[in-house]
Formats: sequence, C-alpha cells, structure tokens
Amino acid sequence: MTLREQLREKISAAFYRHGLLCASYPVPIILFTSASILTCCYPLLRLPLPGTGPVEFTTGVRDYSVPSHEPQGDLGERPDWYRGPPVAYIQQVLVKAAVSPWDSSLVTVDVFRSPLSRAFSLLEEIRNHVHSDSSGIRSLETLCLQVTGLFPGLRRMQSVLPEHGCLLVSPGNYWQNQRELFDSDPDLLKTIQKHEPKGLHTSATLRDLLFGVPGKYTGVSHYNRKRVVTYTITLVLSSYDARFLGSLRARLKQLHPSANCSLRDDHMVHVHFKEEIGIAELIPLVTTYIILFAYIYFSTRKIDMVKSKWGLALAAVVTVLSSLLMSVGLCTLFGLTPTLNGGEIFPYLVVVIGLENVLVLTKSVVSTPVDLEVKLRIAQGLSNESWSIMKNMATELCIILIGYFTLVPAIQEFCLFAVVGLVSDFFLQMFFFTTVLSIDIRRMELADLNRRLPAEAGLPPPKPGPLRPREVPPPPRPSPHTITLQTPAFRNLRLPKRLRVVYFLARTRLAQRIIMVGTVIWIGILVYTDPAGIRTYLAAQVSEQSPLGDPGGGGLPPHLGVAPVFRGGDPTSTLSIHPAPDPTPLPENQSQGHHGSARAGPLPQAPPAVPQITWGAEDEEGWRRLSFRHWPSLFSYYNITLAKRYISILPVIPVTVHVSPQEAIETRHPQDTRHPPPPIPKVSADLQTDLTLYKVAALGLAAGVLLVLLLFCLYRVLCPRNYGQNGVAHGRRRRGDLPCDDYGYSPPVSEISPLLLRGHSMDIECLASDGMLLASCCLAGQIRVWDAQTERHNIDFVGGATEPECLGSEARGPSVSGDGLSEEEDSYPLRHRTAPARPTLFTDQPDLTPLIDTNFTSQPPSHLSTPPREGFDFGGLVERAYIEHEPPSNSTYPSPSSASSSPPSGATADWESSVWAMELRGNLIAAGRSSGKLELWDAVEGSLRCSNEDGVSGITALAFLNNRIVAARLNGSLDFFTVEINKPLCLLQYRGAPGRGSMPPSPCYSSEDVISCQLTRSVQCAHQKPITVLRAAAGRVVTGSQDHTVRIYRLEDSCCLFTLQGHSGGITAIYIDQTMVLASGGQDGAICLWDVLTGSRVSHVYGHRGDVTSLVCTTSCVISSGLDDLICIWDRSTGIKLYSIQQEVGCGASLGVISESLLVTGGQGCVSFWDLNFGDLLQTVYLGQSSDGQGVRQLLVLDNAAIVCDFGSELSLVYVPSVLEKLD
Amino acid sequence: MSHCAPVSLRTCLTVYLTTNLGIRGAMLFSVGVFLALVLNLLQVQRNVTLFPPDVISSIFSSAWWVPPCCGTASAIIGLLYPCIDSRLGEPHKFKREWSSVMRCVAVFVGINHASAKVDFANNVQLSLTLAALSIGLWWTFDRSRSGFGLGVSIALLATLATQLLVYNGVFHYQGLQYTSPDFLYIRSWLPCIFFAGVITMGNIGRQLALYEYKFIQEKTHQD
Repeated sequence: MTLREQLREKISAAFYRHGLLCASYPVPIILFTSASILTCCYPLLRLPLPGTGPVEFTTGVRDYSVPSHEPQGDLGERPDWYRGPPVAYIQQVLVKAAVSPWDSSLVTVDVFRSPLSRAFSLLEEIRNHVHSDSSGIRSLETLCLQVTGLFPGLRRMQSVLPEHGCLLVSPGNYWQNQRELFDSDPDLLKTIQKHEPKGLHTSATLRDLLFGVPGKYTGVSHYNRKRVVTYTITLVLSSYDARFLGSLRARLKQLHPSANCSLRDDHMVHVHFKEEIGIAELIPLVTTYIILFAYIYFSTRKIDMVKSKWGLALAAVVTVLSSLLMSVGLCTLFGLTPTLNGGEIFPYLVVVIGLENVLVLTKSVVSTPVDLEVKLRIAQGLSNESWSIMKNMATELCIILIGYFTLVPAIQEFCLFAVVGLVSDFFLQMFFFTTVLSIDIRRMELADLNRRLPAEAGLPPPKPGPLRPREVPPPPRPSPHTITLQTPAFRNLRLPKRLRVVYFLARTRLAQRIIMVGTVIWIGILVYTDPAGIRTYLAAQVSEQSPLGDPGGGGLPPHLGVAPVFRGGDPTSTLSIHPAPDPTPLPENQSQGHHGSARAGPLPQAPPAVPQITWGAEDEEGWRRLSFRHWPSLFSYYNITLAKRYISILPVIPVTVHVSPQEAIETRHPQDTRHPPPPIPKVSADLQTDLTLYKVAALGLAAGVLLVLLLFCLYRVLCPRNYGQNGVAHGRRRRGDLPCDDYGYSPPVSEISPLLLRGHSMDIECLASDGMLLASCCLAGQIRVWDAQTERHNIDFVGGATEPECLGSEARGPSVSGDGLSEEEDSYPLRHRTAPARPTLFTDQPDLTPLIDTNFTSQPPSHLSTPPREGFDFGGLVERAYIEHEPPSNSTYPSPSSASSSPPSGATADWESSVWAMELRGNLIAAGRSSGKLELWDAVEGSLRCSNEDGVSGITALAFLNNRIVAARLNGSLDFFTVEINKPLCLLQYRGAPGRGSMPPSPCYSSEDVISCQLTRSVQCAHQKPITVLRAAAGRVVTGSQDHTVRIYRLEDSCCLFTLQGHSGGITAIYIDQTMVLASGGQDGAICLWDVLTGSRVSHVYGHRGDVTSLVCTTSCVISSGLDDLICIWDRSTGIKLYSIQQEVGCGASLGVISESLLVTGGQGCVSFWDLNFGDLLQTVYLGQSSDGQGVRQLLVLDNAAIVCDFGSELSLVYVPSVLEKLD
Repeated sequence: MSHCAPVSLRTCLTVYLTTNLGIRGAMLFSVGVFLALVLNLLQVQRNVTLFPPDVISSIFSSAWWVPPCCGTASAIIGLLYPCIDSRLGEPHKFKREWSSVMRCVAVFVGINHASAKVDFANNVQLSLTLAALSIGLWWTFDRSRSGFGLGVSIALLATLATQLLVYNGVFHYQGLQYTSPDFLYIRSWLPCIFFAGVITMGNIGRQLALYEYKFIQEKTHQD
C-alpha cells in the first residue's frame, strides 16, 4: 500500500466519521457554525458603510500643522482619513463688485463688465505678491500646485483652463487672462455661455469652476436686479505657508477693504472624498456581478434530487458569502486593513472559491443508496468525495501560494483573502452545509417513508448509538438495489402538498414583499446617511426659503449661525450693517483706510439705485453651495483623483470692489449699448428654487418608479412561475448509470439486451410501423422493412436482418453507395427454420459475405435455391446492371422481378433526393422525398407501386389514414392524396395474426393490384412557413408550422376547421389520438391543450426553457420533453404540472409511452425506462458497447411492448419482458 | 434543395431558416462586442483616475470599429472551436456546463481587471503573471491540445495585426491615448489577453454548439 493510498484511506475515514457526527447532531453544529460566523464577522461592524458623499473636518487655522501619517490615538475626534498632507489647499478670494452709485444712464451690461474687468488687476496683484521675511522670499509660484497639462481628452477645455503652471482659476480664464481680449469681446455672456454643456448636466460646469460660486449667485446676467457681481479667484496651493497667505490676505484687504465684512477666518475645513463611482467605473463592476449571478444560477441549477432545491441552493450561497465575510472579518481582526476595493474583487473571490465542492457533496450524498440510514448516507457520500475535495483544495491553495510569490502587493493581498476565504469555506462546507444537507435528506426520507412504507419497512432503527458505526469501515460501493413498481394509487398523496406550498407562496407574494421592504429600508438608510444627500440639500433649501429674519442656520452646521446676518438681497438689510468685531488680530500692515467710495447704507429710500455689497454667513463658506463634485471634477481635469484623499479649504479672502460709473462707461464695449433693455423677468428667484425642488422631487419619484419596475422584472426573472419544479425528483432514485454521469457507480446488471438491426449505411432518418411491419429509411435513401411481429426475434431476427443487408451491400457496389435505394423484407422465422444453412453460415463465418456476393453477381442462377423475397435492391445502377446482364426471365427471381415490377412509366426510384417522411399502412409504404415526390412502395415485395410528382416542395411530414395520404410540404402547402386500388383488399395470409395490433385494421394490397395515387386537393398556403408536424387521427388532420399556428383539417373533405393560435413560437410537437385530445408544443416552451371539437384552448402552460421536442399523452397525463433536458408530466384534465424529471445534458428528446405507467426516453446511446407514477428511473438499457454513441432521436413503441429506436445507422429493438410481466 | 446531397429533414429545416448558426454567431458577436466595450473601459480606467464627463463619448467616437471587430473575431473563434473539435474527431468533454463557462468568463474579466488595475513593478513581471494566469485559465477550463494551439496561434496573429495597425498609425491604443504611448507595456499584456480571450470565446462557442448538437443531432451527409 503506497503512502498515497494510506493517506487516501485516512482522509476517507476521517470524512466518514465527520459525516456521522454532522448528521447525528445537526442542531448544535448549526448553532456552533452560526456563532463562529457571527464572531468572525464582528470586526466588520467597524468598517464604514459605503457612500459617496464627502466628509468634513474642521480645524483651526492658527495652530494648524500638517497631520502626520502615523495614526495618533489620543486625538479621538480626528477622523481616520485625516493623515498626511492634503492633495491641495484651496484658497478662494471672494470678490463682490458693483458699480456704485448706479446711474440711470448705464445699461445692463455695465452691471458686470467693469466688475469682471477688475478680476484681471486682482489676478496681477495675486500673482505678483511676494512675501519676504527671514526665511526667504516666497511667491505664489513656489507655493501653488503646478499642473503639467490638461487631460488629453478635453480639447474643449484647453483654451479655458490653465494648461501648465499654477492652478489658478478665475473668470478671467474665459479670456485667457488677457485684458485685451476681454475688452474686445463684444458679448461677454455669449463667451461664457459658449462653454456650457448642452442638456442636463449633473456635475460641476465650467462656469461654476471658473466663477467659484453657483451660476445664479454670480450676478452675471442681464436680469441682475441687485447689480452685484460675485465671483472668486481660486488658488490651489500645494503647500501651506501661513505667513505668505497672511500677507496676501492683508494686502488684498488693504487694497479692497470690505467694511462690513464679518467673515470668520480662523477655520479651515478639510474635505475628504470617497471613492467616486461614475457610470464608466460602474459598467465593468456591473458586468462582473452579472457574470457572478449567472455563475451562481447555473451552479445551483444543478442541485437535484433533494427535498428542497431552493433551500439547498440558498445554503450553498450562504456558505460562500459567509465564508467571504469571515475572511474579510478575520483579516480585519488581525490588522490587515483592506486596501483593495472590496466590491471589485468580491466576484472574483466568489468565483475562485466556487460552489463546486458544495455541488459535488450534494451529488455524492444523494447518490448513495436510499435504503441506508441518513447519517450513514451522509458519511458515505462525504467519504466518497473526500479525496477529490482534499485534492482540489490542495491544488487551489498551491495556486494561490504561487500567486502570493508574484510579489505584487495587490495580488498578494487578493491571495491572502482567498486563502482565508478558502479555509473558512472549507470549514463551512464541512460543518454548515453538510448539516443542512443531512437535515434535507432526512426530510426527504420522512416523506419517502410516508409514501412507500412497504419498501423500507425493514430499516434499522432510526437512532442507533453514535459509537456504533465507528468500527464500520466506509463501504466501498453501494450495491444495486431492486426495482420496485408502485401502484398508481399512491400518486395522489403528494400532489396537494406541493400545490399548497405553491399556492401559499403565490397568494401571499412573500418574496416580492420582502424584496420591496428591504429595498425601501436600504434606500432610506442610504439617503439618510449620505452627508451630501437629500437631507442636507433639503435642509439648505428649507433654510433658504425660510421667512425673513430667520438666522439662516437651520440645517447648517452650528458655526455658520454665529453671526445673525440678514441675506444680502433684502432691502431692509441696511440695518444690519454693523461690522462685527474681527476675531483675528489684523496684520500690522493692514491699511484701515476706506477708500471713500459709496457706502450704500444710508440711502434706504432708493434701494435699486445703489447696489449694496453685503457679506453674510453664507459667503463664509461659499463653496458649500457648489456641487460636491466641484473639486473632484476640477482636479480630474488634470488627472488628479480626490478619491479617498482630502483637500483643505482655507478661509476665503473677501474683496469688495466698487466701480464708479465713469469707469464703467469707459470700459464699455461699443456694442454693449446696442443691446435692448431686457424684459423684466417674470420668474422670481423664489419660483426658481421652487422649481428645483420640484425637479428633485420628480426625479426622485421617477427613479423610485423605475426601481420598483426593475425589481419587479428582476423578481419575475428570478422566480419563475414554476415553483413546483423544485420537487422534481423527490422520490426518484438515480442509480448513477447514465453515461453522462460522473459518480462512478457501476451500472446494474441489465437483463434487457437490445437487438441491433444493422443494415443501413447511414443515419436513420425515418421510422414507421403499423404494428406488424417496421420500415426504416436512412439518409442514403434506403428503405428497409423488418418484421416487427416475429415471436422469436433474437437470433432469427438478427440473422434474417443481416442477410439481406449483405445482399444489398454487395449488389449496390461501390459506385452507388449512398444513392441506391434498396428495399428488403425480412424473412420469417419459419423460413429460417426450413433453410437452416444460412443462419449457421452467417453466425459461423460472417466474413464470408464477400464470397456470397461474388456468387450472387457472377452466378445468378445459383440463387434460385434461396428463398424468394429475401431482399431487393433498387439502386439504379444495379438495376441497369441487371438489365444489362440478365434478360428479365423469371418472376421468382428476386432482382429481375423487382425490376420488372417497377412501373415502366418513368416512376423510377429517385436517388437524388432523400426521404424525409415515411408512413406505413398495411403493406404500403408512403415515402415523401425532399424533391417533393410522393412514392408508394410495396412493403412485401419491395416494388414501387406508384409515385406522384405533383408537388415540387419537399415533403416534410406524411400522414396515411385509411386510403388517404396527407403530405405537408416545406413551402407550407398541404396536399391530400387518395390511394385507389382496382382490386378488393385482402389480407396477406402469411402475415401472422392480424388482430394483434391495437391499430385500426389497415388495408393490405396484393401485388397484383394496380394502385394509383391521385392528388385530390392541394391547400396552397395552408401555412405561411414550413409545416413541421403533421398528425392524423380520428378523421382529423392536424398540422403545426413554424408560423406559430396549428390547423385542424377534416380528412374526408380536406376542409380547414380551425386555426389555433396561442403559441408564440414555431410548433415543434403535436399529439392527437382517437379521443380527440390535441396537445401542441412550441419553440416557446409552451404546451397547449385544445378541444378539437370546438377549437378552443383548454389549457396553456409553460414548462420548458426552449423548445418542446416531444409530446405524448396517456389517459391521465401529458408528457413533454424539451430542449432543456426536462421531462414534464402534466395532469391532462387540469393542466397542472405533476412533476418533472431533469435528465442529464445531451439526453435525447424522444419519448414513448409503453403503458399507462411506463415511459421510455431515449438518451445518449441508451434508452431509459421510467415509472410514470413517481418519476423513478427503472432501468437504463445501453444500445451499444461504447457509451459515447449517438443520441436516440426517434423512438417507436410497438404493440408488443417492444421499442424500436434509431441508433446512428442501426436500429435497435428493445424488448422489455420483465416490465411487461409486472404490468400484466 | 433537391439538388444537393441527401440531407435530413431537420437539417434542411434549419438551413431553411438559417437560424441556428446565425443565432450562435449573433450571440457570440454580441458577447464579443460587450466584452470589448467593458474591457476597454477597464483599460481606460488604468490611466484615468476619474472620468470627466465627455471621455466616454470620445472613446466611442475615436475608434468605433474596434468593438465590431472584436465581435466578429469572437464569433469566428467561437464557431471555429467546435468545428475543429468535430474535424479532429475528439469531442471536447471537459467540464461542459454553463457554470464552468461562466466561471471562465469571470476569470477572463478578472485577468483583464488585474492587468488594468494592478500596478506591477515592471513589464516582465506583468507578462509573466498574465501568462501564468492565462495558462491557468486554459488548464482549468479547456485542457485540449487543439484549444491551446488555436489559442496561441490566434493570439500571435492578433498581436501582430495590432502592432501593424499601431505602427501604421491607423489605430492607437484606446487605453493609452491619454498618456504617452507605452508600447512595451502594451506588448507585454496583449498576447496573454488575446490568448485568454480566445480560450474564453472558444469555451462559450463549444457550449453553444453542444446546445445545437442536442438540438439537431443530425449532420449533413458529406460523402
């Protein structure tokens, strides 16, 4: 025993014991697991909630020093992000300028032209300001943030924003900071407006950026009634120098004193920006999440054969998610703060950890024998998969370890998370999921016990001592268990229970409601906690709209409300112009001199004439009125991100500028006076703010409605109507012997052996049977006829079948292979007994066939001794060859007789086209070809009796009823033919007992009759598109087409009775039987039941994702199979789904019903028998040795419970004696 | 229809509608276009910390033909893989399920994400890491020799084509038009990304083809 095997055994034993433990004490283990999950997730509470709003922190200016990088524990109030230097310091110079006194001779443009022109001189002043002291000379150039070029994508901005040098923004940027350009600009507003984006814009506009105050506060417009222009000059500094800034402040105050200014300048505000998530960043993120959900969906879809599929899927997802949370929590606990964006790497982590182990566990456990005790099953399932689980885990750990040695920090961190996640996932799988699985299996067991008491009565007691199984080694493989067939009476037991659950869910709409409530709560939390969200906005709105005298500090931070100053625009505010004592000591070089220009205060009687410049609290931190994306977007133009960083905003420097009217007139541009006086604006400012409020409300409402709609759609997508599907296989036992299965259990010994009927050279295209004969046709155009009724169809049948094939293949010769149409008839056992030489020859020496062939061609007369009608071949070349070599002499000789029996009227076999449809009634074979030709062959003699070439479009389906043939064509037309026989019908005598079949007695024709086939009626354009299915029964012909409709015709007069509309896809399957029940299935996955007499739809159900491929009915139910490998069983009267069976991928879609409770389906190289009452798999019969083989596409149930199906180029006959005995 | 070699009815119906191949191609095309757009955004994000509002439109206007080209290429690759499988006669049986395909796509996006977002010390490290990741992708989800060969050859061809385009000035890398062109950086990740993309699209194509084989399971007869 190698080390590996020892290890494997030990692991297996350990898992076995663990499984026993989990299954024995489910509740304590689940409690323990939940406790550990919660413990590990506890550190997550300290992580901040995600949000996008910026956070502020205010410090004093005087004792300011750049915060260190190291976290300092003692400063409790200090936020985490306040570490290290900021990205930049923002110094704003807030300029309020007005022409005063106002002269009636001035025009509206004068309101802002000359005040704006002052910006240039101010800029000069600022740029040239130099502060020198003992430590050196500092100018703005040394302190400001040097930018190195605009973002390349912004060609539009290039002329406006500074491209290099100091980042200094002012309205002067519109004119490249050149006074000359400004002076020669005829229309200032147009220049400003030119750069505004069109349409709705959410982020900061260029105008906001340059003016530094929101657009409506600037006063740069024709409708400025206050005649005060406000703008800022924004300096972005990279380092902080208190002395330089102090001297600059003093200098500006000296030049432009603001007499009534009470702004405080002792606070600087640090603003920290969160991660910005724009639409562009969101798209990849959303994509990864969509992929993640698809992965989870496709994975959990595979969970099968358990009591509650959704429950287990939920448990699997919970396992993975909580393992991730645990890993993050653990990493946080041990001091590894996550620097990666958690939301970004999360999908990848889930994909790396994967749901595979969980699914493997489930599969392994449910495939253990059901008659074992639950805990033994769990233990066995665990130990079976232990080796692969451990191997996978070791591989993944190795890969991650390799990733750790890439030495890339981000990858290392990812790997660290993944390792912890993997380990915690393993822990959770072992404890949490296994336990949940054991509970589920136990529930299923109980349900099973209720149903099938007799089968499992002899079980060991349910609660043995926990120590008992210790000495039991893990059993290697479960033994195959017996097939039990239940009586149909048990079926009613489980239907109501399932339906009750479905109805309960549907009635209360639990899922919908929970989702809605959760969303509403989440949105509420988000809105409330977002600092830049609606709360502050509304508060600001309210405070702005509050009545006169309200000290505008309602929703604002308390330090804003220090000085109760009236709003600047109020005419009565003259009373409030009392300069508050300046809290900061002034620099010694500040000049106190007022420049004597107009103090507007003492002229209350003419308020419009003298613009008043007032300073209020809102000016102190005017940047608050800007969009919170203002600074990020300014920096983003220079490809600097503010995400997770902060900027420090220094107190503004107020500058008051008064321009005399003369100066205003001097700076006037010649075109300015040509502007007509503006109309008085109707819209007052109040209304404007109202409008904004309404806009916000409307947008919010629309977003809410959209969200609800989206959630509703999501809900509809995620929770389709078929809740009942989860109970799929509730009692179904799979024995692990499907070829696509990977459990590795040995298939049970099958007592059913299929008989392979070989003879076709290519894939079989059509199969037809009337209960006695069986006709098959392959792609090469060969039609072969077999006797389906032979009693002893074992060796004799095979022998009889192979013999003509040899003749045929020989006679075709190499040149005609694929084109010849050979037809042959099976020999009968009686004949074989009379001529025993042939079977022995063939069984002993199958290689002798070429010998026989040469005999056949070279010495035709020697075949006179062989029984007649052994086989015929109608390949055209062969016929010609025979005509050449042999004069038609003897009617008993096979080939010449066939050649002579083919009508000379040109009705020769057509080997250019393939046979697409075939029907067999009596001894007539109707074959429809792709060339549109309809041929009637004699099944016994193999002669072409007649053919009809009236149509040119390929025949896609045929129905042969009584003496009528209905042919559906590719172009959508429907042709009715009548078969006329000149002689009365008679039954062939040697064809065995005629009354065996349940089919209606079909006419037989003797070879002497002259048969003609007349086109009686042709319905052109019966359908718009190709007719895909055609069924005839009970005097009705039903056609289904790709044009989504089903039509019902009366057979006698080929009159269209009904056109049935109800499908939203092409019709793929139709079933109609003698009881006039019509079922149709379409490409939309829907199944409709119709009343043929009235043409009304009885029920309409959706059962499949994808096409319905096959439909059959029993007396009580409808069985459908679809492209989704699902077989659904529906109640025929109510249209309620009883249950569904999920087949393996790639299993065939052919269905057949042998009896009321026995269903047969075709799979990949096998056919499976199912018990219809419970959906149990009874047996799978392999058709060939190699399991990779072809899928079974067509399946025909014969009357004697034999099944014929195609298997590539072979036919397979499966006779089910054991099933029959049980059923009888 | 009657003049061609014998065809089975359902094949003929399929050809009549020309649905299936078309649908497969269209699905692969749309997946390719979508992935190209998304991954392009990811690459742009590498160089742009924050999107100014008009960057997105400039991306779409500058080289509009890139996503359709990627879509066409992915459609061809996705159809080529099952075709080669059937020609070689070795049907791909490794992990043929949608969940595995989804995992593959996720890993592919992850590789792109890593190449875009993670800062590597130098280009050699980047190349080595990406190559290891791509080969890991192949080993995890494909493991077929034909897939590997096709992937490597297509990756080399595509890299060559891209380089030619770039040197002729027809096209400059989307992600890099905002900074100075760094051909070394591009060269180091382009083949790996192409290889991983080929493997991914082949995986999707095979899965779709599996669906189709289940659907028709008939082959037109050739000989």
